[in-house]
Amino acid sequence: MTRYVGANVLRSEDPRLLTGRGRYIDDISLAGMAHAAFVRAEHAHAAIKSIDVETARSLPGVQTVMTLDDLGEQYADKPMVQPYPSPALQQDIRLHPLAGDEVCFVGQPIAVVVADSRHAAEDAAAAVHVDYEPLPAIVDCRRALDTDAPLAHLGTESNHVGRLSVGFGDIDDAFQGAPHTFSEEFLQHRGGCHAMECRGVVALDDPDGDGLTVYSSTQAPYLVRAMLARYLEEDESRLRVIAPDVGGGFGPKAGVYPEEIVIPIAARVLGRPVKWVEDRREHFIATNQQGDQFWTLSVAAEADGTIRGVRGRVTCDNGAFTNYGALLGVTSLNPLPGPYAIPALDVELDMVFTNTPSKSPVRGAGRPNAAYAMERMIEAVARGLQLDPADVRARNFVTADQFPYQPGHKTGHGQPITYDSGDFHGCLEKVKEVADYDSFKSRQLAARETGRYLGIGVSSYIEDTGMGPYEAATVRVQPSGKVQVQSGLASQGQGHATVFSQVVADQLGVDFDDVVYQSADTGKFPLGVGTVASRTVVAASTAMHEAAIAVRDKAIALAAHLLEAAEDDLQIEDGMVSVKGDPGTGVTLGELARTLTPFNTGVVPEGFSPGLEATSHNVTRGAATASGSHIAEVEVDIQTGAVTLLEYSIAHDCGRMLNPQLVEGQVLGGVVHGVGNALFERMHYDDAGQPLSVNYGEYYLPLAAEMPHFNISHLETLSPLNPLGVKGAGEGGTIPAANAIIAAIENALAPFDVVISDYPVDPQRICQLLDESAARS
Amino acid sequence: MDKRDVSLTVNGRVYSARVETRVHLADFLRIEAGLTGTHLGCEHGVCGACTVLLDGEAVRSCLMLAVQANNRSVTTVEGLAGDGDLHPIQQAFRDNHGLQCGFCTPGMVMSLAAYLDEDPDPDEAGIREAISGNICRCTGYQGIVAAGIQAAAALRGEE
Repeated sequence: MTRYVGANVLRSEDPRLLTGRGRYIDDISLAGMAHAAFVRAEHAHAAIKSIDVETARSLPGVQTVMTLDDLGEQYADKPMVQPYPSPALQQDIRLHPLAGDEVCFVGQPIAVVVADSRHAAEDAAAAVHVDYEPLPAIVDCRRALDTDAPLAHLGTESNHVGRLSVGFGDIDDAFQGAPHTFSEEFLQHRGGCHAMECRGVVALDDPDGDGLTVYSSTQAPYLVRAMLARYLEEDESRLRVIAPDVGGGFGPKAGVYPEEIVIPIAARVLGRPVKWVEDRREHFIATNQQGDQFWTLSVAAEADGTIRGVRGRVTCDNGAFTNYGALLGVTSLNPLPGPYAIPALDVELDMVFTNTPSKSPVRGAGRPNAAYAMERMIEAVARGLQLDPADVRARNFVTADQFPYQPGHKTGHGQPITYDSGDFHGCLEKVKEVADYDSFKSRQLAARETGRYLGIGVSSYIEDTGMGPYEAATVRVQPSGKVQVQSGLASQGQGHATVFSQVVADQLGVDFDDVVYQSADTGKFPLGVGTVASRTVVAASTAMHEAAIAVRDKAIALAAHLLEAAEDDLQIEDGMVSVKGDPGTGVTLGELARTLTPFNTGVVPEGFSPGLEATSHNVTRGAATASGSHIAEVEVDIQTGAVTLLEYSIAHDCGRMLNPQLVEGQVLGGVVHGVGNALFERMHYDDAGQPLSVNYGEYYLPLAAEMPHFNISHLETLSPLNPLGVKGAGEGGTIPAANAIIAAIENALAPFDVVISDYPVDPQRICQLLDESAARS
Repeated sequence: MDKRDVSLTVNGRVYSARVETRVHLADFLRIEAGLTGTHLGCEHGVCGACTVLLDGEAVRSCLMLAVQANNRSVTTVEGLAGDGDLHPIQQAFRDNHGLQCGFCTPGMVMSLAAYLDEDPDPDEAGIREAISGNICRCTGYQGIVAAGIQAAAALRGEE
């Protein structure tokens, strides 16, 4: 039966995308469409005294200039809807679609200009004069709770957004009786989205027809529909949100943005379609980013490296507004135990406001932060006790016989966090073998003889994948015999059309090319959640699989009725149901579909419902636990501080791989994102909150020439939670990467006793650490 | 606003329009010629998504004004395969999973087309260098490098 699942089927998406026939947001052109540009805050914190739009309104080609007051009375004091409400949010300060009398980060939208062309709109936006009264800004999250810290918002008494904690076991006992304890503090900085396609929105209002249609370069069209409906106080049935081809998402495109509110309102007011496409500078200042987390952590351990407990504190930069509720805090804390069986944990996290863009999940959300934090503790134990870091990991791993394993803490819904399956030791052994870990010391010593400093770093992780609450799919055999698959998923390049067509084609015995996949359009399918958190393949493949099986069962039952055969004697293959051993006797799927939609006979066979189709609503329970270990090998030039990635090896376990080549693509892309976090990507602000890195000359993304060849190997420990045994793969590559690289650099510089701790680390910082080391000795 | 008549040959067909002098080549291709396969990723000449061939040489169409391309010949990703379905470079991208979201892909493909014309027998390092002016956020580059090697072999007739 299985022909496609598990095979490297070439992507059905590719021919279009490779020949310039993709349809991204900026490629959409509607009759009579006008173009928008935004006026954005130039100060990180300021009161707005006045906004002068008169000159801008008079410029040629300008249709309208709108401030908050012009959006409509009902929106005058109406902040955007909180998509992720949480009791942990002590101050839930949300954006207004356009600023009122205060701006709280550089880039906050203040006014929108709509004109006949983008050029005219930008000319007019430059002519809008905003009179500001600058206010003190808070930029560094580490200072945000100081009593003399500037307040990010007028009218508040503190920058405290809220507090979260995670804990289990007897932490006091773990530390009191511990033969060894180690402490570290480190600043984790993760940059922004930097999808190669910026965001964008096209809106069309047809009040006497289908209502409001919004195209958005989003990961979550159903979230946009839900939040827009609540903001506009309109029925979801009058709103259609479509994600066209989306040029990368990586987390920040899963939020709901002011532009997704303002552009539809502008289209409605003007009575013509309006397009806005973010430019790269706007992406740097107005798209959510992840930002800083400051961790202070201690670990208690036995002499053999067995961890007794971990405790500490985190300060998490929230940015200026609570666009994502407490989500980042939760995803930074809950994954903390990682692959390790830790008896006691106690960590508290404070989310704080700063006058910077709102913080959002970026590939992995808080999981890379949590993994880095725990891996830092492993490194501290190994360094302090002079143990091999790989051995310390192996000693503390959850073992294969402990699944399902419950560390002891609970999800926000009160369910015990549970690791469903895995082979953590197997992944570590595999990656050690691939990286030739055991021979590294001799290679390192030989290199040192010639003045070269090589280092190796290990990092292990788990990822809770397949977050709920649900995904649904409809599988329908059309009268033509082609199989239509519809769902609420949105793809940003993951290859959904290919993978889900594989799953359905196998169950229905049809050719892969005969599956028509449709998604990311709320007008075509009623339910969807969003493509985030490595969830899609887990949540959706089950729905696809179950719907396809239901259609198969119905097709066989109907064929049995028509052929007067027993169901057990029938098979489904090559697009038809036929008698086993007599493939010439049968009925095609198209004929069966036509029998159930009978325009000619007018009779549906008794005992059958119309339509050869089925819908499955898969409600996700529990998290499919992906896991793996990485090993990075680097060379550090102690004169310049330059780091060269020599080798990077990955052992990865995401359960059954539906399409191994696509899984590898997800993992490798994820690792390179992690390399960017460790070595390159830093969003700089000055003390007044002005962003200093707003182009790709100032903000470095990983390039091909700096990347090594990645050696990847796979384990397939099937998840017991879903019929295909799959686990998510979108973020696992990123989660452990930063520590593998930082630990490798530290290992290379071990003769100088250098501990790096913070990331990203650049050559200047490495030189500084080497200078400090020289001064010590 | 100063306007000029601009006429270029794109993928063998002549496109003429009267445009503002500030209109860059990428906007001319996308808006006037309706060829939206050329993408704008940064509009400051770093990401390479807008790379096209101008008289056979790779250029960033966001860093060049349409008037500068007047009377010259441009090849975009839409024209690379000629009458065929996929050019060997495009086929190699598909075979090696050299694209995910596809947004940087037209620029990657055009950069490689120019490079493989210059260096028909490159090694992996050469390909990495050749695409180091094109940013991809999705793939980690490994599939693109493999595609470059396969495409070079195919273009040498070693399929």
